[in-house]
Amino acid sequence: METEFTPWLSLAGGMMIGASAVLLMATNGRIAGISGLTSRIFARSTDGEARGVSALFVLGLLLAAPIWLVVSGEWPQQWVPSSPVLMAVAGLLVGFGATYGNGCTSGHGVCGISRGSMRSIVATGTFMAAAFVTVFVTRHLSGG
Amino acid sequence: MKQIFALLSGLIFGFGLIISGMSDPAKVLNFLDVFGTWDPSLAFVMGGAIAVTAPGFAWLTRSRSRPFFDTEFRIPSRTDLDPKLLTGAVLFGTGWGLGGFCPGPALTALPIAATGTLIFVPFMLAGMWLARHTPDLSMPLSKGATQ
Repeated sequence: METEFTPWLSLAGGMMIGASAVLLMATNGRIAGISGLTSRIFARSTDGEARGVSALFVLGLLLAAPIWLVVSGEWPQQWVPSSPVLMAVAGLLVGFGATYGNGCTSGHGVCGISRGSMRSIVATGTFMAAAFVTVFVTRHLSGG
Repeated sequence: MKQIFALLSGLIFGFGLIISGMSDPAKVLNFLDVFGTWDPSLAFVMGGAIAVTAPGFAWLTRSRSRPFFDTEFRIPSRTDLDPKLLTGAVLFGTGWGLGGFCPGPALTALPIAATGTLIFVPFMLAGMWLARHTPDLSMPLSKGATQ
């Protein structure tokens, strides 16, 4: 399925993501890494204040699409793979891998690279490569 | 005050994901499909985000000793490349390539309640829980080597 190339919208959205990361660091001193913030909500070792800040950030994420709906009259456009087994496996790998490897697209890919962290640069290169290979295999080698 | 800004940061992040197209797995999977229906948009998301975050972080840590409403900048200090980092990245990338969702977009898309998202998110949370309760399997090796 084709999707439209949207360089300007993507650039603007990316800059908003950057602004959010800078705002969170400026006010709370925390990295805007979604896997870290999310897993910290449920971790027993998290102190109350960190849990509250993490939960509020995630609440903000959850409110974005409903507010979009109210303002524009429709949900953001999307197409989500619907195979239950595929999505269960994908979810498990994403959640496990991001937490085990200390970060995901936001924590390593945006914040880590912005700090010039070698760990994050290597992690981002690695997960991008794994993702490119996975899509190549599922779309071009397995007939899907 | 810090709580209000945490909520606001999450909101801005979510809108950024929606506007950029990153919360749409179709766009993510097409970005990853260089030899098929390639859509390079997401390179612009990453570029735009880093173009703001890199100078923003540099300015913050240079001009201030602490955040506006907190006591310290919590910036990771590790520099070593351990097997855990690489294993996690490979597993994460594979899952990202399968479903087209990483954690931020999945949570942002959750209220839209597509079947795939409703399955993905609970399994993602379970994966996070599992990872927190999985001991570092490479520890005995690295302990023997470095300590």
